[in-house]
Amino acid sequence: MATGPHISISAEPLFQIGHLQITNSMLTSLIVSFVMIAFALIVRFKLKSTNKPKGLQNVAEWLIETLQSFIQTITGDAKKTRRFLPFFATFFLFILFNNWFGLLPGVGTIVTTPIAEQDEVTITNELEAIEVTLEEVNQHLETDQHQADPNHEITLQHQVETETNIVNDLDMFTKEELIEASNHQIKAPVFRPGSADLNTTLALAITSVIATQIFGLMTLKFSYLKKFFNLASPIDFFVGLLELISEFAKIISFAFRLFGNIFAGEVLLVVITFLIPVVVPMPFYGLELFVGFIQALVFSMLSLVFFNMATQGHEEH
Amino acid sequence: MSNDMPIALVMGIGTIGPALAIGLLTSKGLEAIGRNPEAASKIQTNMILGIAFAEAIAIYALVIALILKFV
Repeated sequence: MATGPHISISAEPLFQIGHLQITNSMLTSLIVSFVMIAFALIVRFKLKSTNKPKGLQNVAEWLIETLQSFIQTITGDAKKTRRFLPFFATFFLFILFNNWFGLLPGVGTIVTTPIAEQDEVTITNELEAIEVTLEEVNQHLETDQHQADPNHEITLQHQVETETNIVNDLDMFTKEELIEASNHQIKAPVFRPGSADLNTTLALAITSVIATQIFGLMTLKFSYLKKFFNLASPIDFFVGLLELISEFAKIISFAFRLFGNIFAGEVLLVVITFLIPVVVPMPFYGLELFVGFIQALVFSMLSLVFFNMATQGHEEH
Repeated sequence: MSNDMPIALVMGIGTIGPALAIGLLTSKGLEAIGRNPEAASKIQTNMILGIAFAEAIAIYALVIALILKFV
């Protein structure tokens, strides 16, 4: 698709602070985080203890109550619920708002030029590579001049001509102009949902799995490690090894499930809107709303179930 | 373009398993709810959990297809 929508799996950097490149998905994650923190701070400083809460306090209380009763049905223990509530609520709300942010108008459609992804080093390398092939081809022509393959000569000569043309053309521009030209053709959206970037989902997945281990160690102390290194019998040892491997598989699974769903939703909306901009994207939009909610729910619910399993201790089968 | 054939095959073959899995899960879940309507919300929660696990496999196939197409 030469003039079609430009879809890129990795997020594009927008600007640079020192050595840190800020990408468009980092920007939206920051915006969502600020909104959530601002909401929390406003509710905290306007907290009144009353039986009829109003406004933002009402919303906050409803959120906490719903999430807490949901966790209670899964863990069945008030102390555990108290401990898991911050993690569950943060995962759920952060992922939910990041997913739904991608559906706001302007996200993915306001474009800008990303900062140069090609720098001087790569352009110089490419020029040098072309010059090297040019020399090789010339040498080849001189040594093979008396060989009886006219087609070979013609293709080599053609190659020499095109390479000479390329080098001559490139000599007309300075390196800065070349870099600018190669980057001007690519536009990148200013906003991109945070969870459509594999970095964000990977970070969330690693946080979730490490939190599981920490909860397990805190509750069961060192007998938590008996889950992985069980020397009672060869079969138990093997099962422990499989458990260890499945912890790493959980990281991959969490990251890719969230990334795949949200990124595929972005691609779907972009492609459908590119094909038929009116009316037809509406059911897909509805699907994206639903998928965003379900994925946030599934991520937090799975984390919760793993927290619960890690703190449960060894029951008799 | 014959370049798109492997990409299409990845998605086509990769979603057969998860589709069957989700169908079986949901059918057993509905059966269980029919037998014991009181435990409906517990069954539903666990069913959704199982469906998320099965769907993740289809998402792996989708990610491979996307990587092949766009990278």
